[in-house]
Amino acid sequence: MPAQSLLQFTGKSIYCAVANAHIDPWIPVDRAIITHAHSDHARWGSKHYLAHKDSEPILRLRLGQDISLQTVEYYEKFVINGVTFSLHPAGHIVGSAQVRVEYKGEVWVASGDYKLENDNFATPYEPVKCNVFITESTFGLPIYKWQPQHEVMSEIDNWWRQNKSEDKASVLMGYSLGKMQRILKNIELQDKVIYAHGAIYTLNERLRQAGFDLPELTLVTKETDRKLFRGSLVLAPPSVDSSTWIKKFAPYSLGYCSGWMALRGAKNRRAVDQGFVLSDHVDWPDLNTAVKESGAEKVYVTHGYTSIYARYLNENGIEAGEVHTMYGNEDENEEEEVVQDISAGTEAYEKHKESLDDEVIIDTKPSPKQSQKEKSPSGDLGANTHTA
Amino acid sequence: MKQFAELFMNLDRTNKTNAKVELMKQYFLTASDEDKLWALTLFTGRRPSFKVNRTMVKEWAAEEAGIPMWLFQESYHSVGDLGETISLLLPKSKVDGSDKSLTEWFYYLGMLPGMTDEEKRDHILQAWMQLSQHETFVFNKLLMGSFRIGVSQTLVVRALAEATETDSNVIAHRVMGQWEPAGTTFEQLILDKGENDNASRPYPFFLAYPIEGDVSGLGNPEDWFAEWKWDGIRSQIIYRNNELFIWTRGEELSTEKFPELHFLSEILPNGTVLDGEIVSYMDDKPMPFNVLQTRIGRKNLSKKVLEEAPVAFLAYDILEVNGVDIRNQTQQQRRAELEMIHEKAPDQFIFNLSPLIDFKEWSVLRELHTLSRQNIAEGFMIKRKESTYQVGRKKGDWWKWKIDPLSVDAVLIYAQKGSGRRAELFTDYTFAVWGEDGKLVPFAKAYSGLTDVEIGQVDYFIKRNVLEKFGPVRTVKPELVFEIGFEGINESSRHKSGIAVRFPRILRWRKDKKAEEADTLEALKGILEMYK
Repeated sequence: MPAQSLLQFTGKSIYCAVANAHIDPWIPVDRAIITHAHSDHARWGSKHYLAHKDSEPILRLRLGQDISLQTVEYYEKFVINGVTFSLHPAGHIVGSAQVRVEYKGEVWVASGDYKLENDNFATPYEPVKCNVFITESTFGLPIYKWQPQHEVMSEIDNWWRQNKSEDKASVLMGYSLGKMQRILKNIELQDKVIYAHGAIYTLNERLRQAGFDLPELTLVTKETDRKLFRGSLVLAPPSVDSSTWIKKFAPYSLGYCSGWMALRGAKNRRAVDQGFVLSDHVDWPDLNTAVKESGAEKVYVTHGYTSIYARYLNENGIEAGEVHTMYGNEDENEEEEVVQDISAGTEAYEKHKESLDDEVIIDTKPSPKQSQKEKSPSGDLGANTHTA
Repeated sequence: MKQFAELFMNLDRTNKTNAKVELMKQYFLTASDEDKLWALTLFTGRRPSFKVNRTMVKEWAAEEAGIPMWLFQESYHSVGDLGETISLLLPKSKVDGSDKSLTEWFYYLGMLPGMTDEEKRDHILQAWMQLSQHETFVFNKLLMGSFRIGVSQTLVVRALAEATETDSNVIAHRVMGQWEPAGTTFEQLILDKGENDNASRPYPFFLAYPIEGDVSGLGNPEDWFAEWKWDGIRSQIIYRNNELFIWTRGEELSTEKFPELHFLSEILPNGTVLDGEIVSYMDDKPMPFNVLQTRIGRKNLSKKVLEEAPVAFLAYDILEVNGVDIRNQTQQQRRAELEMIHEKAPDQFIFNLSPLIDFKEWSVLRELHTLSRQNIAEGFMIKRKESTYQVGRKKGDWWKWKIDPLSVDAVLIYAQKGSGRRAELFTDYTFAVWGEDGKLVPFAKAYSGLTDVEIGQVDYFIKRNVLEKFGPVRTVKPELVFEIGFEGINESSRHKSGIAVRFPRILRWRKDKKAEEADTLEALKGILEMYK
């Protein structure tokens, strides 16, 4: 990487030397521009943060109320040492943004995580013309082709309806940030009362307080009468399937929303009753569309099938390079996320803490991850160690 | 096809045995007789071959998908199943499903063998266009196998027995042996009440359970027979209508593979079925399994091979006498029948009885057990004298008491992604021990032995510690140590280590050990010397 590049991959962040600003750094820095509030992109410990205003409630929830955070609107320009920055909708989750960086006529876009389909909650993705495009490749293989959202949502509707007719609970797992809001905005709400695990409940409450139009959820507590779960929908983060928390819903059917559900192997490994192929990342066709629409002459491919997609682009006449980052990685990042959702301290969470089963938290911490963390101080400095 | 594809996907989705049986039962109750027979063909591993070249099918699929071959391969590595990969890569199907029945699709496939490659291509592309994504996947399975969907023959038999309200032992017997959909009907095969004329049909094998706890837990020693557990190929030898058939445990008709045993047709009375073990046998004693292994899988048994790896049959049960099924007689009665047949045979070393061990106390057996390896046995089989010959693996009457495996601590050095249920996870590992030059020498591959949680943890480690990539294989930072168990050890010129181990598997993850503390090749060679 030549030193004069506008953005550099330093092994700690996507770095703009001229502005001395870091995009999604994975170690604490002075000035961090955050694409979105997922824990692998928004990490704890930086001095100053800048993000889209819709990210604020979650960032404060996860990184601490007292962080130094400046928020901006989409398209709003801010200049640091002659470099012009602006955030543009990425359509991934609420507040997610592509970071446009312009200096001396050259434009780079770091897209973070994104999807092209309008999910009726996150501001829809918009292509941004640039010279250099930095893209994720979480599902960067031609085997990944999503069905239209409405089809998946009616699958969920039917599943719930079927379970209801059998007097079973419908326990639906998915990322608490992004996936759950998308589901709530697109399925048919067959009941007035929708139950939720603490991680999802907390997040939902915070977003509602911030003025987002989301239905009210009911927190599952130890005291909740189990009979009430019959026929109901229960929203849960991934990995509760290996906890004792889930037992209280019996008889239940277990559903899981994730792009990984496209593969039989992944589906069977999770041992869920129903896998719903629903992802907040671009699939193969949309990834190619996004690259094309960016008009970029050079593409850097980050987390996912980096080497494969970079090679594909190179063979198709677009100069591309692969970049190693700490985002996403090849595996499902969700488990870590649950831990962080739960351990992020908030009033709402504290209030209901006693009612959550401890097992959920314990089960989501496989030991090698821990040792991995200990070994690399530059690794995850996230919410695990942080209590508000 | 819709109905069968749905059955397939539903079976695939559930891990619950009862649910699987119920799904198959519903299918057997509602599908047409023709389709049922084809489904049964698949469930019992009798998929016909359509003589298609997998490489060509891959190329046609890549072309249809508009992607280069290397990208096809990468996709395949991620999915882990060829049929599924193709179904995901093809342009989204516009159809909702095919109206052709399973049987019609088999006839469609049956046209392939006579075609030129060009015609085959068109034929297959035509099919893909008429099928939904799930159906394409199932179709590809029919086209290229392997048709594994986590349904054991026992479950199929149970479902079929429930659907037809027939005793499951009867069904188990009926679906065994040589038959193909073209030569029979569902009526004839399954529902026929009369005597079946299928002379080659074997009985389902009775399988033993591993013994739990100490052998004395079995109660009075006088109620039990004990035999050595031979390390060979479990087989049934059938002589009916003046014809000899040799079946092996994998339900394979292997008569031609064991010419030494053909003389039994002159010894056995018509209507005899023996159960026993085919072992390699030299100088009046059994040889280790690896000697036998040299001739398994060979198409041509040359004179040299037959001389170097001769076999014998060690009989331990008899299931049919004079054409009468005697599986309901006691073990003791059957043993007496077997001994009578053997007595009539002229002196020779090829048809032997597996001897009964003389013991009055469990302690005697416990002592003898330690000598298993010297006797080229894997331990003991302990059988209740009063037991009948049952179907499949049943608890209570037949127990296997195996010797502890040999083991060494080894370092994980290569990993590869699994397939099917474990696609996307690194589950296939290669292990190494320390050579004299201080380098790690690979000596065994193992796939199983870890819990799902451990697999997840190892996978997490691997994904973050890849050193190099060779196609699907990753070189991994040598750090994790596992205790690797195996059943036998032999010299091998084909392996870098000079050693081949039999049935290697992971006994446990030695989180307490560092890579430097793993065992050496020298230690492995020491074990070899001990059991040579």
